[in-house]
Amino acid sequence: MSPSLITVSYLGAAALFILALGGLKTNETARRGNMFGIVGMTIAILVTIAAFVSNKLEILIVIMVAGGALGFILSRRVQMTQMPELVAILHSLVGLAAVLIGFANFMDTSLQFTGVDKTIHSIEVYIGIAIGALTFTGSVIAYGKLSGRIGGQPMLLPARHWLNLAMFVAVVVVAIKFVGEADHHQAMIYLLIMTAIAMVFGVHMVAAIGGADMPVVISMLNSYSGWAAAATGFMLSNDLLIVTGALVGSSGAILSYIMCRAMNRQFISVIAGGFGTSGGSSAGASVEGDVQTIDIAGVAELLSQAKEVMVIPGYGMATAQAQHAIADISKTLLEKGVNVRFGIHPVAGRMPGHMNVLLAEAKVPYDIVFEMDEINDDFPNIDVSIVVGANDTVNPLAQEDADSPIAGMPVLEVWKGHTTVVLKRGMAAGYAGVDNPLFVKENTRMLFGDAKESLDALAKAI
Amino acid sequence: MIIGIPAEIHAEERRVAASPEVVQKFIAAGFEVIIEAGAGAGANFSDDVFREAGAKIGEDAESVWSADVIIKVRPPEYNNELDRHEVDLMKKGANLISFIWPAQNQELLLRLAKKKATAMAMDSIPRISRAQKLDALSSMANIAGYRAVIEASNLFGRFFAGQITAAGKVPPAKVLVIGAGVAGLAAIGTAKSLGAIVRAFDTRPEVKDQIQSMDAEFLELDFEEDGTGQGGYAKVMSKEFIDAEMALFAEQARDVDVIITTALIPGKPAPKLITNAMVMSMKDGSVIIDLAAEQGGNCEGTVPGKVVNRYGVNIVGYTDLPSRLAAQSSQLYATNIYNLIMELCPNADGCTEIDMEDEVVRGATVVHQGEVTWPPPVIAVGAERKPSFGGQILKTESEPEEKIEAEPSAFVKVIQGAWMPVVLAGLALFGLGQVAPPSFMAHFTVFVLSCFIGYMVIWNVSPSLHTPLMSVTNAISSIIILGGLTQISAPDNLIFILAGIAVFITCINIVGGFSVTQRMLQMFRG
Repeated sequence: MSPSLITVSYLGAAALFILALGGLKTNETARRGNMFGIVGMTIAILVTIAAFVSNKLEILIVIMVAGGALGFILSRRVQMTQMPELVAILHSLVGLAAVLIGFANFMDTSLQFTGVDKTIHSIEVYIGIAIGALTFTGSVIAYGKLSGRIGGQPMLLPARHWLNLAMFVAVVVVAIKFVGEADHHQAMIYLLIMTAIAMVFGVHMVAAIGGADMPVVISMLNSYSGWAAAATGFMLSNDLLIVTGALVGSSGAILSYIMCRAMNRQFISVIAGGFGTSGGSSAGASVEGDVQTIDIAGVAELLSQAKEVMVIPGYGMATAQAQHAIADISKTLLEKGVNVRFGIHPVAGRMPGHMNVLLAEAKVPYDIVFEMDEINDDFPNIDVSIVVGANDTVNPLAQEDADSPIAGMPVLEVWKGHTTVVLKRGMAAGYAGVDNPLFVKENTRMLFGDAKESLDALAKAI
Repeated sequence: MIIGIPAEIHAEERRVAASPEVVQKFIAAGFEVIIEAGAGAGANFSDDVFREAGAKIGEDAESVWSADVIIKVRPPEYNNELDRHEVDLMKKGANLISFIWPAQNQELLLRLAKKKATAMAMDSIPRISRAQKLDALSSMANIAGYRAVIEASNLFGRFFAGQITAAGKVPPAKVLVIGAGVAGLAAIGTAKSLGAIVRAFDTRPEVKDQIQSMDAEFLELDFEEDGTGQGGYAKVMSKEFIDAEMALFAEQARDVDVIITTALIPGKPAPKLITNAMVMSMKDGSVIIDLAAEQGGNCEGTVPGKVVNRYGVNIVGYTDLPSRLAAQSSQLYATNIYNLIMELCPNADGCTEIDMEDEVVRGATVVHQGEVTWPPPVIAVGAERKPSFGGQILKTESEPEEKIEAEPSAFVKVIQGAWMPVVLAGLALFGLGQVAPPSFMAHFTVFVLSCFIGYMVIWNVSPSLHTPLMSVTNAISSIIILGGLTQISAPDNLIFILAGIAVFITCINIVGGFSVTQRMLQMFRG
């Protein structure tokens, strides 16, 4: 296959990838966009196989079919509530692949560079492996945290910033040695040392980040997996990899930025780890007051008199798998002529857009699902707000207490509505570890218990 | 324990201390309930309804007063029919919860002490945030404020709302509310919803926002003095202030049709704010509702408990406004009492315990096991308490305080400096241009431009599709598979294995990523 033909195919694939991302602008064009992505990927793979694979084609096909089948099964089995875990583990695979390809490329002695080219190629290999390694271990830890296999609390080592700095310096020092090393065998050892450091770095970085910051972490790892692909593209002098990597990298970076803005947090302090640790030890005012509870019949009564209802889902809805129950309730209310809307905080759940996916799964019509900024001014007109498993995103302390770790974070102002019903398992604080004075407000009623059971009972009651 | 609810014997008192709903809740919390026959009649709760709720009906007063906990509305008084004081009907050591007004009823406290009783005064609950759901004064004040406007509209010969009719134009009534506490705010809200023009005055500047939030006009004096006293009440003002205030009222009296006064200062007679001269200057047919009548009245002409007509103006001095809305006030009062009893009985096991360490319980308890414990030690509560109205919190919007930036650690500070990235990027690019070969720069150009394309494209993505965006970018970042594909044919076995694994895992990713995206997008079909 002629080099120009390959280039043209890659160009086509790159354009298709851009269209794939562009298609996500609206729900209508999104599926077509995904098809563009699939076509682009297929072209890229077939052309590459045709151009570069000279032998072992049968083995390659077996490997690809096996991997593809495994991926297909995973994607069909996964519950929508587990999407963050799936995305995290898939990121780790991109990172691992970048590491493996980097090493394979380094070992391939058929490639010979000299002078500046050699230096640049060495740096490319080095960076590709470094980003890949930290994406790999970081994603594995993120997966562990999201799936509950590792506790959600941030692991805060003393002097962790200096530890990070030390690791960074070590990586740079080893890089200089690696680039200057003529002996291939010795260089390999440097590469392995760096890989180990980068892996520890990935573990440490994500372990230090609290559960509430997970949307940022996931987007950030998404970004890293893109940069890893881009670095690999430089290493292989492959423009398609560079373009795709850059697209994915900037996509993840923008998502991270959006998530940080939604929490009023500096990206760098999220990465530096530990929620609220820079806010001093006096973590906000403690909340005094008594909660007022309500039972299912009471909520049903409230809803039967309401004209305007707002549902605020949070991560608790995902863990309780309560999206179908809440969808049933909203359907019944809509049929009665009640104006039911859903208010989604940008960081509700554990990844960007998590709640939208769950509500879509439960067939909640998406024209009644609103972003925080669209509906926050409407709360004074709301008769009943139902908070399902959300906590920090509805915490008035963010506006009232400048010392609070979540101070300044935009929140859904449910307390301005007439009545708020909060579904919660117990009085535990949210991921931010901050008490929530919403629960003791005079117009708040608590409905304790498993969100799904409560909502199922409520669906029957109305 | 048995809770007893006697009928109120005070003249014209129609309230009762329990509602059928609350009786049900008491029984659920392990109490037994006995209620005197006919106790709820004034509030439209029949004996049958109470019986259905699970209460026993006590045929005579004695059987009810012998309960362990007595809950009632008015302070106990002399029962002429039985020729005995109500306190004497109580069991030794029993509990009493009611309005008591300890400052005015010292003799009653001694009488209760003699009985070794424990008495909690609903009027002595500290007015702090935590105790809002026990706050019967607020509940009753809310009702009084509402009823004040209803009484006024009853006596006032015109519409409250302005209208333009075929028979001519009707101007809206003008209502002045003096004192914007709970009752005042309730009056403002009610008058507003009847369509009147409402103005309000209060010596405490902090209530200005609350008044304005209810769409009423806040009357201001050109005078700097903060009238906020302890516990969210007003205090006595300086003479100059009062002069300015009186001038304002005199001016307003000529203009408005209805004046509702609610000005009270704790422990003092009500301030006289509306003089006879002002009443004289009001239009004929105007109405004054004096909610402070019981404490002597804010208006010179007020006769407590009566409506009098002075100079063509009806002055209403009713002292029983909540009782005139007996069903509503009984229901709210009963809930306040229920909340108080549940404070004393946290385990819902039908037993109560007085915890004198608890500041709310301490404040309310005026007699404890035969000892007079009133007045309680002073607790500073300042203006923390949020006045409540109709279950809504009227929050004073304070100016957002300037955010205190936490001092970042040295490490964070260096990275956060805004100039650092710019300078670094500039230097890096320059350095790169110095040494990099053209082939690298070609790739680099592609890379930077792609970043910009990505930036443009991603900002357009709908936030609701962020999860599909992540899974699809994840799938396409597996384009890294090309690296594995170009290496797999290498003769070296180790390279082959590494590349093989890379191809395997990226294939999981490609198929998994695209397929899960497809699955999600199917759901968004809507």
